[in-house]
Amino acid sequence: MSAVALPVSSGTRRVRATHEAAWVRVTLIAVALAFLTLFLFVPLIAIFYEALKKGVDVYVAAITDPDAVAAIKLTLTAAAIAVPLNLIFGVAAAWAIAKFEFRGKNLLTTLIDLPFAVSPVVSGLIYVLIFGLQGWLGPWLAQHDIKIIFAVSGIVLATIFVTVPFIARELIPLMQAQGTEEEEAAVVLGANGWQTFFRVTLPNIKWGLLYGTILCNARAMGEFGAVSVVSGHIRGMTNTLPLHVEILYNEYNFAAAFAVASLLALLALVTLALKTFVESSNKQHKENAGEH
Amino acid sequence: MSTFKQHSVLPGFNLALGFTLIYLSLIVLIPLSAAFIRTFELTWAEFWAVVTSPRVVASYRLTFGASFAAALVNAAFGLLVAWVLVRYRFPGKKMVDAMVDLPFALPTAVAGIALTAIYAGNGWIGQFLEPLGIKIAFTPIGIFVALTFIGLPFVVRTVQPVLEDIESELEEAAAMLGANRLQTFSRIILPTVFPALMTGFALAFARAIGEYGSVIFIAGNMPMISEITPLLIITKLEQYDYAGATALAVVMLVISFVLLLIINLLQWWGRRRSASA
Repeated sequence: MSAVALPVSSGTRRVRATHEAAWVRVTLIAVALAFLTLFLFVPLIAIFYEALKKGVDVYVAAITDPDAVAAIKLTLTAAAIAVPLNLIFGVAAAWAIAKFEFRGKNLLTTLIDLPFAVSPVVSGLIYVLIFGLQGWLGPWLAQHDIKIIFAVSGIVLATIFVTVPFIARELIPLMQAQGTEEEEAAVVLGANGWQTFFRVTLPNIKWGLLYGTILCNARAMGEFGAVSVVSGHIRGMTNTLPLHVEILYNEYNFAAAFAVASLLALLALVTLALKTFVESSNKQHKENAGEH
Repeated sequence: MSTFKQHSVLPGFNLALGFTLIYLSLIVLIPLSAAFIRTFELTWAEFWAVVTSPRVVASYRLTFGASFAAALVNAAFGLLVAWVLVRYRFPGKKMVDAMVDLPFALPTAVAGIALTAIYAGNGWIGQFLEPLGIKIAFTPIGIFVALTFIGLPFVVRTVQPVLEDIESELEEAAAMLGANRLQTFSRIILPTVFPALMTGFALAFARAIGEYGSVIFIAGNMPMISEITPLLIITKLEQYDYAGATALAVVMLVISFVLLLIINLLQWWGRRRSASA
């Protein structure tokens, strides 16, 4: 490196032609942050402020109330069923779509995304049309004393529906980008299908899988519209946390509503923190691998 | 078989595809088709009467109008936020970047009551607007606010990666040829991110149309004025008007499918653009 010092023409710092002037930069940053403050940070702070406004005692009472505890349990149950099922689905769908060439692949990929396009209310309604008293299977279910709508199984079904695409759509592009060479090498060297998957594919996709699972879980625990339609809102029985928030709010029990809501807001913050961690780990992993 | 699937040495295709198809059919496709099949219980005239009644038409106008306005605001500010996050450095940038996804992670009901608390007449922001005669909570403007919140991440997250990929050579060439920054932005940068911007707009719009949880708390839910279409479906369901609820659901499903198609076309356009560049 030759150290030729270029003469600096004047004392003022020159703006590079591919950069904006300082005042433009500062203005743009300020406007963007003002918008985000108004729409993101103020609502987030408001949740915790309203939750604690009447004191810690009221807060603790609200989240340890038996109905609230029942709602927490139901929310955890629904997520504990929906997330693993959609995890298996996501891996199976990604294996078929990313590792093989077959007709109708694009159509299948679009169909997996369908639940994202459907209004949550419609997602709940379609299960009422099948399992409700007026539904296709309604009379048969009533005869056998099986309840799906206004019961826990309906809530689980609706939760599964709205979270179907999360893990699949995270894995498909990832596995497509990774190609099939490593797996083919494993098979040629004598590994069977499961060995290939667990020893070759899984280590390659673990960050994507974790990322999808985190997002899937957040939505599973937070879903409101679809679950609301099939729940029947029976306190202590078919109330998930978001539905419990609604009931408390509609009873003008605002402090308790925000207290329960703050649990869900904490869940959202933990989700975002995990997501950021996974993203940066993934980036490091890629850089360590020397850009592919 | 050979025309359906190309040969591969990898195992597990039949198992994986079979499971995928069965699961998707049971959970998604058969239930969705139920909505379409159930509408056949109505005659065409009855169906048309339900989906074009004045209260329903007012709800479409509100749902689409508020969703469009919210998506438009998100397109403008989303582009700005993406730009600031990609191009500039400022304290707390990493945290701000992570927080952009808050509307994806925060349950909609929680967002709904938080926004209502802020924009109500005695709320943090509402108390300053009320003396000016501006009411936000319990009016259509409140719906617009909730939908803006819900759609915020879409434009940022679709535009951000495209902005990151823009080669600085292009901008340097533009500067060398005498373009100022505004010209470079409008002639070089904006056309490059435009497909992504449109995709983000369409995603935010599609999400807003179906949104329920955040809206019902802040809307006031007055028939003809502040009642969104998804709420009307619930109202009909609670009155045991299954046929009416299903008819509205089918209208919303058809709109969702059309939007999904448009979004896929936009993404394909964006990929082709970046491939040819």
